[in-house]
Amino acid sequence: MLGLAPALTLLLFLAPVAAGLIGTWLPAFGYLPALGGQELTLAPWRALFASPGLSSAIRLTLTTGLFATTLSLMLALGLCMSLHGSRPFRLMRRLIPPLLATPHAAFALGLVFLIGPSGWIVRALSPWATGWTRPPDLLIVQDPWGMALVAGLVLKEVPYLILMILAALNQLKAEQTLAVARSLGYGPIAAWLKAVLPGLYPQIRLPIYAVLTFSFSVVDMAIILAPNTPPPLAVEVVSWFNDRDLAMTFQAAAGATLLLALVLGAIFLWVVAERLVASLSRPWLSAGSRGGSGRGARIAAFGLAVVLLGVSLVNLLGMALWSFASLWRFPHALPAGLSLAAWANALPGLLRPGWTTLAVGIAASVLALVLVLACLENEERKRLRPGMGVLWLLYAPLLLPQAAFLFGAQVLLVLIGLDASLPAVVWFHLFFVLPYVFLSLSDPWRTLDERYQRTALCLGAAPFKVFWRIKLPMLLRPVLFALAVGFAVSVAQYLPTLFAGGGRWPSLTTEAVTLSAGGDRRLIGVYAFSQSLLPLLGFTLAMMLPVWVFRHRRALARVE
Amino acid sequence: MLRFLAFLFAVSSFASAAQSAETWPETLAASRGQTVFFNAWAGDPRINAYIEWAAEEVMKRYRVNLRHAKLNATSEAVSRVVAEKAAGKISGGTVDLIWINGENFAAMKQNGLLYGPWVERLPNWRYVDPVEQPAVATDFTVPVEGMEAPWSLAQIVFVYDEAHLAKPPRSAKALLGWAEANPGRFTYPHVNNFLGTTFLKQVLYEVTSDVAELSRPASKDNFQKATEPLWSYLERLHPQLWRRGQAFPENGPAQRRLLADGEIDLYVSYNPAEASLSIASGDLPATARSVIWERGTIGNASFLAIPFNANARAGAMVAADFLLSPEAQAKKQDPRVWGVSTVLSLKRLEADQRRRFVELPVGIATLSPEELGQALAEPHPTWMVKIAEAWKRRYNR
Repeated sequence: MLGLAPALTLLLFLAPVAAGLIGTWLPAFGYLPALGGQELTLAPWRALFASPGLSSAIRLTLTTGLFATTLSLMLALGLCMSLHGSRPFRLMRRLIPPLLATPHAAFALGLVFLIGPSGWIVRALSPWATGWTRPPDLLIVQDPWGMALVAGLVLKEVPYLILMILAALNQLKAEQTLAVARSLGYGPIAAWLKAVLPGLYPQIRLPIYAVLTFSFSVVDMAIILAPNTPPPLAVEVVSWFNDRDLAMTFQAAAGATLLLALVLGAIFLWVVAERLVASLSRPWLSAGSRGGSGRGARIAAFGLAVVLLGVSLVNLLGMALWSFASLWRFPHALPAGLSLAAWANALPGLLRPGWTTLAVGIAASVLALVLVLACLENEERKRLRPGMGVLWLLYAPLLLPQAAFLFGAQVLLVLIGLDASLPAVVWFHLFFVLPYVFLSLSDPWRTLDERYQRTALCLGAAPFKVFWRIKLPMLLRPVLFALAVGFAVSVAQYLPTLFAGGGRWPSLTTEAVTLSAGGDRRLIGVYAFSQSLLPLLGFTLAMMLPVWVFRHRRALARVE
Repeated sequence: MLRFLAFLFAVSSFASAAQSAETWPETLAASRGQTVFFNAWAGDPRINAYIEWAAEEVMKRYRVNLRHAKLNATSEAVSRVVAEKAAGKISGGTVDLIWINGENFAAMKQNGLLYGPWVERLPNWRYVDPVEQPAVATDFTVPVEGMEAPWSLAQIVFVYDEAHLAKPPRSAKALLGWAEANPGRFTYPHVNNFLGTTFLKQVLYEVTSDVAELSRPASKDNFQKATEPLWSYLERLHPQLWRRGQAFPENGPAQRRLLADGEIDLYVSYNPAEASLSIASGDLPATARSVIWERGTIGNASFLAIPFNANARAGAMVAADFLLSPEAQAKKQDPRVWGVSTVLSLKRLEADQRRRFVELPVGIATLSPEELGQALAEPHPTWMVKIAEAWKRRYNR
């Protein structure tokens, strides 16, 4: 039974992805018999390249995607290398889960209110400092260069990359390496760059590619933050798929394929750049220069961390405040009064999407957990050492733009009569939840001291009992954390919910995106706030439950 | 979205929207316990709240479970039905009832995607008078022929804040002059939103040389000729717009937020009660007012239609009938709820029903029916489609 786990896992979540890709490529070349596409043709591509503003859409996708990824990586590495091991860093580490938990759409909405021309920052400074009694006509959000989108992406991706870097550092035993390098006289920054980074980078390569893909293909954040004359390619593709004119299907499929090509091209470019940087920096790495004390870098990084964290937290606070505001006119820095009216109005409509979000999130993360545990247990009992290939497969849904396979994946749903059903939504969420659950759990699981189970086995316990009575309780904390991560990932899903649900299963995220374009900031605040609240509750539970379960076992109950 | 199904089921079969001789009590009986997915644009919280109310009522009265499938654009639901047809799904479709008009209705009707005719079987149809209110009989010049039930009447107004704008412009020409004198204080929604194209049609009415041409389908020749003045108008207007015309608000409510924040001074709305409603809800200051243009503004009716393969046809008809009832229509016209005008003929109502409408408060910022005057008719739907295309070719840079 257990031996089937890896195969089942891959089948459950890679088969639809593969079917989805093929189901998108065929219409991209004109093959879709039901719509009269009987033969292979390049007509969809001609239509695509004739569509107005395509080159701008491509340029926007390329520049924002590459810029956001590069900037996120540099900031994450910079913060880790200059602050790692310090007290502010430990504090930051605690704050990362709630930041990651905020769904992208909610985060983007908060950012618009924070940095927009009539946003909180301008309000706080007006009119006493700026002289503005009315908002200035500045293109800050939806700017033609997509910088607002880049800012939103960076703010969400830096905490994610930091988390990935921290996980990798644990594996690398970076503390010892650093200590050795420091004892040889290397400054803290130089020690990091020369002794840790070369080993660290390969470990975080896949998460970086996932960030790259995400930046290229994000739709919900782009609808809110990116310009719309034209929008980035991913947004265009989704709107073509939804066009009432069916002939657009072919063009949309071609656009989705083009997006995939852009992402793969960007990953290739990134690999080339990796090589280049590696070979160019080799002489410097081995030249023996020791570097300075890194004091300046440390202070700069501290300032940067404060800004990044501050913007993110104020962002959430702003949305929460709006949801309780009665009247809040420009240029007042605070609402004229507080009221529960927005919550009272929104609550009836909030319940159903709230339940859907909760049910899908729990189902998807529990399912992912069961599959991941089965795979890890199988791997351990058979003493397998999974190679890089398996990891790539696991990451595949994160390395492909969602728009490039979700449409095709629906074919599969119809085939098995699951379209527009709740199980379908759970299944589609699983594609994205499973990799994250696996990533959060595989390291703690693999590094658990083997002697515990060996002792239990020697005492005559069956492997199943060892799993239940020894390993699971000892690993309760990471298991719950992985569940919380999975749940948060599920809550944030926009396109998968839309496509699998066929409009019948609105979630807090799809509702928030639908409302985001609209006018009522108080209502948007309610949705953004409740959307963030659910994952936050998940993380809190994951943190507190072990404390309660282990209240009679002091060492296990310790909060790290 | 679901159109990819098409790819699996190569051959589509054609559903015959065969007219059953069902009586209304039979429809009522069949509807009990059905879940009706009502696909409706969901960008305005007030509209969503009204649909929420209607859902509670039809559950209480008819045991019909009306669920709002929230759309960003009506075309999403249209494309889903098209896909289902292409995939051979001739029953058990995912769309039961759809809020529709104009080019979406034309597309569905033309492609045989609608069930019907069914509208004249509704008990509340007796309160509708197509002679008195021709807008319920033709939808953007396309004959309705009982394939969709009328729901609301709407007319373009411009909303402004009296405190900042004493004399709002009342023609396309005046708007341009005012925008040139006050750069950055006006914008209109993106053409992906119906209100964006509606604004462009309103301008077209005033700048084109032959208005009669707009009621005929747009072709290559007449489109070029008729819209030439529109594009030269926009060439002058766009540099004067909010964000210099480089970004456009997503929809109507987004403009409302811009006015509330003081980023703009004037915006277009398809609801004559928009200003009063927004004052009442605290979205706009008490100095908000509305105005129409001197030569009149475009108005239209919007409708409810049932796709040919709807899963809960009886439930959809019962829900549509309730939404057409004097009670639901009066609630919708209430300027504290939604504020759009009824499609019913007050003359046909009984006295107590009529009172529901007559006694509705008139908002401080709402124009009287006399001030609104006779609305201009919507052009043929092809104009809207072509204008959006041409706009994107010009301004998607």
